[in-house]
Parts: sequence; structure tokens; C-alpha cells
Amino acid sequence: MQTKVFQVLADNTSGVLSRIAGLFSRRGYNIDSITAGVTADPRYSRVTIVTSGSADVLEQIEKQLSKLVDVKTVMELAPDDSVYRELALVKVKVTPEERQSIIAITDIFRGKIVDVAPECLIIEITGGIEKIDKFLELLNGHEILELARTGMAALSRGIENVTYLP
Amino acid sequence: MIGAEAIVKCLEEEGVKYVFGYPGVAICPFYNSILDSDIRTILVRTEQNAAHSASGVARLTDKPGVCAVTSGPGATNIITGIATAYADSIPLVVITGQVNSELLGSDVFQEADITGAVESFVKYSYLVRNVEDIPRIFKEAFYISNSGRKGPVLIDIPFDIQNSTIKKFDYPETVNLRTYKPTIKGNSAQIKKVIKELSKAKKPIICIGGGVQLGNAEEVVLDFAEKHGIPMVTTMMGIGTIPTNHPLHFGMVGNNGKPYANKAMNESDVLLMVGARVADRAVSQPDLITKNKILIHIDVDPAEIGKNAVSSIPLVGDCKNIFEDLAKETLNMDCSEWLGTLIQYKKDLKVVRHPNTDFVDPEKFITDLTNKMENDSVYVADVGQNQIFSCAYAQIKDGRFLTSGGMGTMGYSIPAALGAKLAKPERQVVAVCGDGSFQMSMMELATFRQHNIQAKIIVFNNSYLGMVREYQHYAYKDNYSVVNLDGSPNLEKLVSAYDFDYLRLENNKNSAKIIDKFLKDKNNVLLEVMIDPMDLVK
Repeated sequence: MQTKVFQVLADNTSGVLSRIAGLFSRRGYNIDSITAGVTADPRYSRVTIVTSGSADVLEQIEKQLSKLVDVKTVMELAPDDSVYRELALVKVKVTPEERQSIIAITDIFRGKIVDVAPECLIIEITGGIEKIDKFLELLNGHEILELARTGMAALSRGIENVTYLP
Repeated sequence: MIGAEAIVKCLEEEGVKYVFGYPGVAICPFYNSILDSDIRTILVRTEQNAAHSASGVARLTDKPGVCAVTSGPGATNIITGIATAYADSIPLVVITGQVNSELLGSDVFQEADITGAVESFVKYSYLVRNVEDIPRIFKEAFYISNSGRKGPVLIDIPFDIQNSTIKKFDYPETVNLRTYKPTIKGNSAQIKKVIKELSKAKKPIICIGGGVQLGNAEEVVLDFAEKHGIPMVTTMMGIGTIPTNHPLHFGMVGNNGKPYANKAMNESDVLLMVGARVADRAVSQPDLITKNKILIHIDVDPAEIGKNAVSSIPLVGDCKNIFEDLAKETLNMDCSEWLGTLIQYKKDLKVVRHPNTDFVDPEKFITDLTNKMENDSVYVADVGQNQIFSCAYAQIKDGRFLTSGGMGTMGYSIPAALGAKLAKPERQVVAVCGDGSFQMSMMELATFRQHNIQAKIIVFNNSYLGMVREYQHYAYKDNYSVVNLDGSPNLEKLVSAYDFDYLRLENNKNSAKIIDKFLKDKNNVLLEVMIDPMDLVK
């Protein structure tokens, strides 16, 4: 089992995300995370998919994605040549005594407290998947009421870019 | 001009001659507009068969077959036909009526999310939201359906869109699809590699799949094989690509194929898979075709290469284009010793059947029938034991062999033969089915009669779902479950209700005379052939 990050550039039409997601469920591929949004060229959407499987399966995933009529390019974003980021919102139950220590942990991870209520906090944190996992680990012992993770967004490093035209 | 008229205009622009379908309210604007066109409409008796008939047209004309059905149950009924075409890469354009746009998603009468439902069986689908998009969408649909790896495309059109006025009808001359660019030309470095491997080969073989006919590459592939004396085998979908009695042809591979074909493929040192998926029924043990040999996989669909067997040389592109390029290269090879070995295998591994003389022997019957059929005739095989017998014994000369290979859809042959005969009225078209598959499509006898399309149907009657019975014979030691077809109609009485002639063959005696009578009959005709219920394909 390996994990790969694919960047899919697809026509920004209705139903494109369901076609991509449907391909994964239909053929029994795993989706660890999937994010989608419009690119700098509004005709295209960028879909970032984190997936895992054997080498053969990952090769098929790349080919099957490329085969979709709406898909323009499929690129693997290798860890060494790419920047991976994810955003998480964490709602933690706190007592007045605990509040300071949680704020301290959040500062270390360069997170932000975005909402404060008498009995809880909402923390916003961005970073690679491991960083967020690590942060959640450090919150161990505190009660996490709710957690929302966006899934991974990623770009390749350097000047190289995917061309939108024609 | 309204949307419905625009649709008809698009079909005319694409040169469509026939539309198969079944109307309902949601597609009525279209069926009203088509009255003003020369396009011939064929009312089938159930929607699934509209897709099969369109498949028959597509396979004989190299253009997408077209069908049009209504929303809801009309649309869901056609799914099996679409899936059948998808599995065999047959180009179809399927038009479905839909409820009014503003009612979409509210579960009104005869609403079905058909684009969602067929997603895994179509190459692409459209839900038309704006009447002005009709010309572009149809242009794209015909192009997508019939390019690259061919397949069905569905266009779902709400009732109100069909009735809306279109401001400007301009049928585009070209398509502009930013994201869809199928590979046509093979990579030249890979082509050089193929030539290099072939020049070293002592025991090469070409395995011909359905893609060779779909890519109109029959001639170039055959020329290449003949020029270098390379033996050939075919998959089920490849039958008919080359004449059955061609000296370089060594039969169909697969678990229902010829033992010597499988042996030839497994023992080869260079295997050229052309337009074939390496599917489980053709190659049950993919490791045998990769072990100790160079596997060259040529396919227009890159995802098929490496899916079931890892190839040494992948070569993506249109097989006609690739073989034209291969033919330009200098290549010297001598396969005469290997050919001698294969001829010996063919003799040694010939399967000898021991037919029950009280019944018709399928081997003798199909061999005699196809020998008597015209050179360019079309043999449409159904699914089941009859299909395996047909694959094994049909002698195809310059004609075609059509069947549902990938999906194995029972009831394919009669509607597909209807489409084939309509598209090529000058050619002899014969549908061969079992008594099970006949009863899945016998409602179409009326369609032949209504539209004056000549029917030549052969029913192999063994009173069983033979293929399943055979499986239960081996796997469950003759514990037969739900395979007995008792209660089937008297076919003579049944077809007389449709004004068909009826012929019957009890055993091999008189077989030549009856076959002649059947083939010469100018009327619609059904020939019932009595097969030993306990006969086995293996």
C-alpha cells in the first residue's frame, strides 16, 4: 500500500466532481481525501485527491481519471516536489483552568483561536497532514467536541505549472 | 425553430438514417418533429431492444446508432442495452426525454435521474439545461461516441427544453473539447521497439480483439500478418475480422475457445494483443501471457494496457494508424517452423464431439449453415450455449459476426439483427439464439413485421437455459435449479401469429435441404432446431 496525491485539472462543469468521485466508488478505489475548487482560469477546477493502494491500482487510478471526458490532466504531486496543506477547525471543551495550556499549544502550532465561548474554543490550524495529526494528538486529554478537516490542497513547487490553454 | 426540431436537424446533419425507440409524453415533442424528416423511426417493443438495434446499425455502418426513449421507465429500461454497448465499445447516441426542468429532482411522474443512473455505463452524458446548447451538445456527443475508444453517449432533454424556441441554429463544423483528445498516432519509439522485438521473434502471434474492426484496421492487420507470415488468434469480439479458414488463423482464445488457440498464445515468444482487453473470459490466467514472452499491447484506451496484464511494450493509439506505421518499417522474419508447429497443434488438439444422433448436432448444423450463407452475410449470435457453439463453428468468410461479448446480454441477437438488416438490406442477416434468449426478445417479431424488415431467426431449442445448466452439471453435480424452460410456447403457432414462415429441424437428416429453404425464404422465417438438452459446449 502506498499513498499518492493526484492533482486533477477538470472542466468546471456541473457533475464533474460526482463523475470523479463515482469512478472511485465504482472501481473500489480508496479516497483518503478529496478537495475541489476553481483555478485561476475559471473554466477549470482543480481537484486534489489523496488516495492509497498498490502500485498497480494507483496506476489504474491515474489512467482511469485521465480517461474521463471532462478531465484535462492528471498529475502526481510527489511529496518532495510539492507543498501539501490542510485546514482544520477544532472545537474543544475547556474549563477556565485548561484554557491557557490550550492557547499555548495552539501558539506553538501557529494556530488561531477563532471563537471563544464560556465552555469551549474553536481553533483554526493549517499545515501538512502530519502537523494536524500531531496537534490533535497533543490535545489528547481534552474533549474534542467537533472536528472539521478540509482535506488536502496541494501545489507543485517551482516555476512549472499546468497550462490551461487552449 | 424549437428544441425538438433542432434535435432532428442535428441528427440530419450527422447523417442519421434510423432512430429506434419508444415514445412517451416526455419525448413527444421530438417524435412530433421527426415526422417532418426523412429519418426513419422504428418502434421497438421494449426500450432495451432499441439500444441493441442501434448497436446493429452502428456495427455495420461505423457510425453511432441512435435511439430515443421517454423519461422514467423508458430511460431505465434502456440501461441494459447501453451497458451492453459500453462493454463492447459500440458507439451509440441515446436520447432520453425528461420531465420539465423546473420539476427536476422533485420525483414527479416518470422522473428518473438517468444521467446519474447510467454514469458507469456511458462514455459521457449530458443533461440539456439550455435549448441553445443543443447543436453543440449533439456535435460533441456524436464525436465522443465514435472516436477514441468508442461507446454510448446519453443526452437527457427536459420536455420544456424540447419545446423552447432556439434563437439560432448553427451546427458546428468542428468540436472544441478542451479536455478530450484521444491518442491516434502510436509513439514512434515504441513502434521501433515493436519491430525490433518482432525481428527477433521465433514464435510470434497476433491476438485480434474487437478493437480491430472498431478501428477499421482489418485490412492493414491482415496485410501485415500475411506479409510476415505471422499466425493469428482472435477473442470473441474479434471473430469475423479475418476469414475463419484463413491459413494463418488459429481460432478463438479463452476458456470457451480452441485449445490449440490458447496453446499457441501461451507458447508464443512475442504476443501482439491488438484492440483486446485481456479480459477474464479470453485470458483466464494473465500470467501465462506475460511469462517468458514479450507482450506488446496495442489499444486506443491507455487504461486497458496494464489493467489485467503488465505489458512489455505498451502502445497507445488507433490500431489502423499503428499498423500503417508498422508496415512502413523494414522487417524480416521467418515464422514457417512455428507455423508448422501450430498446424500440428491444430490437428492434435481438435476436439471431437460425440453428438446424439436423435438431435441436431450444433457443430454440423452451424458449419453447414455458415458455409451456405452468402460471403458477406451477417451472423448475429446470442448468449448462452448457442453463442459458444456459434463462436466455435461459424465459418465467417467476408461477412460479420456480431454478439454481446463483454456483457453477455441474453436477447441481443434478434434486435441487433433487425438493426443490421435495416442498415444493410442487401446482405443476408441471420440471428441465432437459444430458446431462453428467444423468449427475452420475441416481442420484436412484430417490429420486423411492422417495418418490413426481413427476419431470419434460428432458435436452438434444448428446453433449458443451457449454459447455466452446463455450469450446474459441473459445479453442482446435476442439481438443476431454475434452468428448465418447460412452458415455452409452441413456436410454430407463435410465429404464425406474426405471419412468419416456420421450419423445423429434428436431427441432422434433411439438414441441407432445410437450411437451403431457410436461407432462400423471401418471407420472414424462423427455423427451430432441436438440440439435445444434455449437450455440452465442453
